[in-house]
Amino acid sequence: MSAHAIDPNEMTTAAPAGRDRKPGLARLAKVELRKAADTRSGFWLLLGVVGLTLVAVFITALLAHEDQRTFNHILSNGLQPVGILLPVVGILLVSSEWSQRTALVSFALVPERARLLVAKLLGGIVLALVATAIALVLSVLGTAISSNSASDHWSLPLGLFLQDIVYVVTAMIVGVGFGAALQSSAPAIVLYFVLPVAFAALGSIHALSGVIDWISTEALEPLTTEVMSGHQWAQALVALALWMGIPLAIGLWRLTQRDVG
Amino acid sequence: MIEAEQLTKRFGGRAVVDDVTFRCEPGTVTGFLGPNGAGKTTTMRMICGFSTPDSGRAGVLGGEYRRLPNPGRRVGVLLDASAQHGGRRGREALAISAQTMGVDEKRVDDLLGLVGLEKSAARKRVRQYSLGMRQRLGIANALIGEPEVLILDEPANGLDPEGMRWMRGLLRDFAERGGTVLLSSHLLHEVDAIADRLVIIGSGKIVAEGSKEELLSDSGTLVRADDGEALGRALAGAGLAARESEGGGFLVDAEPRAVGAAAQGGGVALVHLAPAGDAGLEQLFFDLTTDNGSEGDK
Repeated sequence: MSAHAIDPNEMTTAAPAGRDRKPGLARLAKVELRKAADTRSGFWLLLGVVGLTLVAVFITALLAHEDQRTFNHILSNGLQPVGILLPVVGILLVSSEWSQRTALVSFALVPERARLLVAKLLGGIVLALVATAIALVLSVLGTAISSNSASDHWSLPLGLFLQDIVYVVTAMIVGVGFGAALQSSAPAIVLYFVLPVAFAALGSIHALSGVIDWISTEALEPLTTEVMSGHQWAQALVALALWMGIPLAIGLWRLTQRDVG
Repeated sequence: MIEAEQLTKRFGGRAVVDDVTFRCEPGTVTGFLGPNGAGKTTTMRMICGFSTPDSGRAGVLGGEYRRLPNPGRRVGVLLDASAQHGGRRGREALAISAQTMGVDEKRVDDLLGLVGLEKSAARKRVRQYSLGMRQRLGIANALIGEPEVLILDEPANGLDPEGMRWMRGLLRDFAERGGTVLLSSHLLHEVDAIADRLVIIGSGKIVAEGSKEELLSDSGTLVRADDGEALGRALAGAGLAARESEGGGFLVDAEPRAVGAAAQGGGVALVHLAPAGDAGLEQLFFDLTTDNGSEGDK
């Protein structure tokens, strides 16, 4: 409890040394990463993702049909919690700024709101990569303890591994986008899960199915299961552009144009 | 330094903040006083770049808030003490701010001590905090970057009398070291206890502004007698403008000397005769804010 703690004299008229240095994006991303894990909900959500990954990996490794007990298949299943549940952390990273009203603190410290959104995207991507690494380690363990007589059950094509990374990273970006577009936790989470189902359902209408193949998230499903063809990539990229681009654009627009509530 | 220049903000056609101009100089604590809904929060949000004015401009340290590269190191802001994540621990909330602005995290513990949040309280999640504790956390958050300007919206709300005394000491000290403080309140006695300058706002307009002495000296004489009716007649007979005061007696637009003479002329025995001071300020605040400070009421 030092009086020095609130000494405004240190900064007299002009900005004293170092005070007007803009916080770097790397630092802001680190802060966002910390914010994703330091709340009660964030902590349990992350723990839940790791727990479900563990369950998915070991169920596949121990109970799946023998020709499914391959590293590649175990990893594919182990990444599902990361691809499905982890984006909720991304949603909350943005939406909780409104739901919990911390935007009043965050934007006071970083008035360039777009910059804060970029920091959240970066933090989310790092989180997705860390989760992928954890899934990878667990899948190695799972494959090691599963019994499989086939000699090539350890093989993982590099292309498929890169697709795995595209899958988790883009899922996280979509999550952050939904959080930014809706600025409210519950609607963002609900829509994040319901909209893909709704689009897939539209695909059952015969007249629409050709279009839906290009814009539904079903176009992303091959990412973790097979090395994709050019046609599959084209569909996946179109779908990704829409699912990442539209929410992010709406979010960025709302963030920069409107008064912070 | 904080400046507002002809600041105006409309919501749905209605001017919530209407042509507001004031300045806060280094070394002063300015109380921004007005009833709920008078436009205090909107004004402060415009100063901090959360809200865009429809016309006019607001600035801090000679420029727009949003232009500050690392605002936390120059301006401490507390816009709403409840705006913290309920699931985050108190200490962690401060640590995040410190890390964002690049301040050594060790300072967080100094500040927790300074605002009187014990170690056990700092470990609790903010959801469990009382409003008073949230205010203390918010003040600590505003002070982390060792700013030279403080902008605090209703910081005394939820503080007990001891907490108010503490805040008064803290902000006075801050101002004496050359800092600039703007704090808002809807309660006169809060601002009265802490601030040395007042800006009073009602229905979006500035209705009075000045040092406390200036406003007090304007506030007339408070006079009481056991026979109130006789006193009223005596004052009217002497041609003095008087109104019944909230706390009993009359507020008179005149020097105590003239009021005493009027009472003597009417043969009324007084039980109280003094410059109105706080009572006058209260009446002033009450009048100004209830009828938007229409002329001739003062």
